Amino acid sequence: MKYLNEYRDSNLVLGMIDEITRTIRQKWVIMEICGGQTHSIMKYGLDQLLPESIELVHGPGCPVCVTSLEMIDKALAIASQPEVIFTSYGDMLRVPGSQGDLFSVRASGNDVRVVYSSLDAIKIAQDNPDKKIVFFAIGFETTAPANAMSVLQAQKLGLNNFSLLVSQVRVPPAMHAILGSPNNRIQGFLAAGHVCTVMGYWEYVPIAQKYKIPIVVTGFEPVDILQGLLFAIRELEENKIDVENAYSRVVNYEGNQAAQKIIERVFEECDQKWRGIGNIPKSGWRLKTEFNGYNAEEQFQVSEITPIESQLCISGEILQGLIKPVDCPAFANQCTPEHPLGATMVSSEGACAAYYRYGRNL
Amino acid sequence: MTDPAQNIEGMLCPLPLPHSERIVLGHGSGGRMSYELISKVFFPLFDNPILMTGDDAGLITVLNQAGEHNPRLAVSTDSHVVSPLFFPGGDIGRLAICGTVNDISMLGATPLWLTAGFILEEGLEVDTLRKIVESMQSAAVEANIKIIAGDTKVVQYGKADGLYINTTGIGIIPTGVNISGTNARPGDAIIVSGTIGDHGIAVLAARGELNFQAEIKSDVAPLNGLIARMLDVTKEIHALRDPTRGGLATSLNEIALQSNVGIMIYEETIPIRPSVEAACEMLGFDALYVANEGKLIAIVENKFADKVLAAMKDHPLGTDAAIIGTIAERPGPHVMLKTTFGTTRMIDMMSGEMLPRIC
Repeated sequence: MKYLNEYRDSNLVLGMIDEITRTIRQKWVIMEICGGQTHSIMKYGLDQLLPESIELVHGPGCPVCVTSLEMIDKALAIASQPEVIFTSYGDMLRVPGSQGDLFSVRASGNDVRVVYSSLDAIKIAQDNPDKKIVFFAIGFETTAPANAMSVLQAQKLGLNNFSLLVSQVRVPPAMHAILGSPNNRIQGFLAAGHVCTVMGYWEYVPIAQKYKIPIVVTGFEPVDILQGLLFAIRELEENKIDVENAYSRVVNYEGNQAAQKIIERVFEECDQKWRGIGNIPKSGWRLKTEFNGYNAEEQFQVSEITPIESQLCISGEILQGLIKPVDCPAFANQCTPEHPLGATMVSSEGACAAYYRYGRNL
Repeated sequence: MTDPAQNIEGMLCPLPLPHSERIVLGHGSGGRMSYELISKVFFPLFDNPILMTGDDAGLITVLNQAGEHNPRLAVSTDSHVVSPLFFPGGDIGRLAICGTVNDISMLGATPLWLTAGFILEEGLEVDTLRKIVESMQSAAVEANIKIIAGDTKVVQYGKADGLYINTTGIGIIPTGVNISGTNARPGDAIIVSGTIGDHGIAVLAARGELNFQAEIKSDVAPLNGLIARMLDVTKEIHALRDPTRGGLATSLNEIALQSNVGIMIYEETIPIRPSVEAACEMLGFDALYVANEGKLIAIVENKFADKVLAAMKDHPLGTDAAIIGTIAERPGPHVMLKTTFGTTRMIDMMSGEMLPRIC
């Protein structure tokens, strides 16, 4: 496929592996932020090609994994109401709440639909004026513009049967949380290319300066990932700490300003609880109060929910890159994609799921 | 601002969700959830050696007057539920004929007779039904089989998706043919008869839910003619499987499990249409898991592989056929894929429902 095969070219990949091997002299621990990058690394077996002195740890950049249990429970409660058509990105249907998941809610006769975009949910709202359509607006900076746009669109169309259940998260505060942790081992970051497409990379400059750590904006194809790693390792070996862009065919410094304006228009910063990690200050976005009419938490009485977490899973440590999925005693035993104990095994972007799918038995 | 590190909680986790109490759509995906349901609910109660072989069709024998177990018959049944009823390249009627014809053919049998059971929803237009039945008849002619018995039931409006069709078929296994998913042996070659994922992506596009359009036709077709051509070359075809729901990856895992072997496939040899690849990239699907309705996987004695491949390429349903891997020496059961970079990854069965990714 044009514009993809070029970045999967085996000569290029093997050439970059050579260059990384020639450049590296010490051991380095590098975290790829995004679950999409984790999956590429595992799918293409890039970790098998890299020198052993690079340790890749997998970051919290999986929107499904980090959506808090309270929010999943709220989604289940809202989706269970007879007048509701609950719409969601497909992956969220699998995530277990305290009791059941959206698949179970659908199997009990409720209307739960997979959509590919929040704007598809708007169309469903137009077609079903006698129903209440709720869209589960989860995700990082990547989904925020389209999710915000759906509110403006609903307003423009005068829809009064559409609302968002919002659980938006932001990458930079999570990086602060990881780097500020006393257990931190991370020496360099591959920043998430799609997030930077929207936000640019100006937000990362103060982080790189404060923690003296290289941050490289990185794409998702094998060549992209290796280029990001090469940049990060060069910086580390030469001790020139900076924010660099290894995904310049898509990302620029300022980002997509039109998208950022839409986010600012609709959302405001808030503290956010991350599943497996805990509360991170100012790490989320919520709807501004002027949009309360489109806020599902305001429209439905779901505030009195106390979630019940299991204690077997260590997804918290995995999301912070403290341990690897294969080091978890439950991995591939009690915990599989069919019977996930933790969110990192549930989502197709989760680190445990990536190890389970591509790396088991190797 | 407080130090964010103070807020890190560490251990947190949701409860497991086995979905063992209620059927969810994932149980019908053809992947691991379907397999577990069959293993836990059906196998323990229906337990018998024919069923437990785990092939696409059951093999039964008739004791003739000479005291021989001859002929050997292949019997299979399949229910067809597809939305929309008509899609590019086919419809539920053609699917209902080809699905069962193909299941019988996977034992190397010559399919001869089918029965058809219809569950019709109140309100279905008779014209629609007629079109579907005409399509069944034309597929029956193509597959050279006869529909010899049938049944019709009608359910209330809203209780079925237009109509469901069950077909059951019988075929005769020629002498000297011994094909089963349990027969794969180390050294065998793995051949796929053409491009993978066409049917799944065509139906997904036709459904229109994902607002995604593609000029991709379903590959739904009866494979018995192609298999007859392959058996003309050699009887040393050890296993056949049509990779329907769950795709190539799930079918290979089934063979690995049945024969208790390791399987190695080579990424760059797997035929995929560029349009299917593009659709998969966009939606976050892996073509290895997307359904086919007119493709087969053949596990063939290695020394006959090139000849079988050549015969397949001569047949209209096998023009894109390719050797994609081998049965490995390393003990199974597992399926591995060698990437173009020379790295190796595991290919698992499909887990539950296939879902599009978020971003």
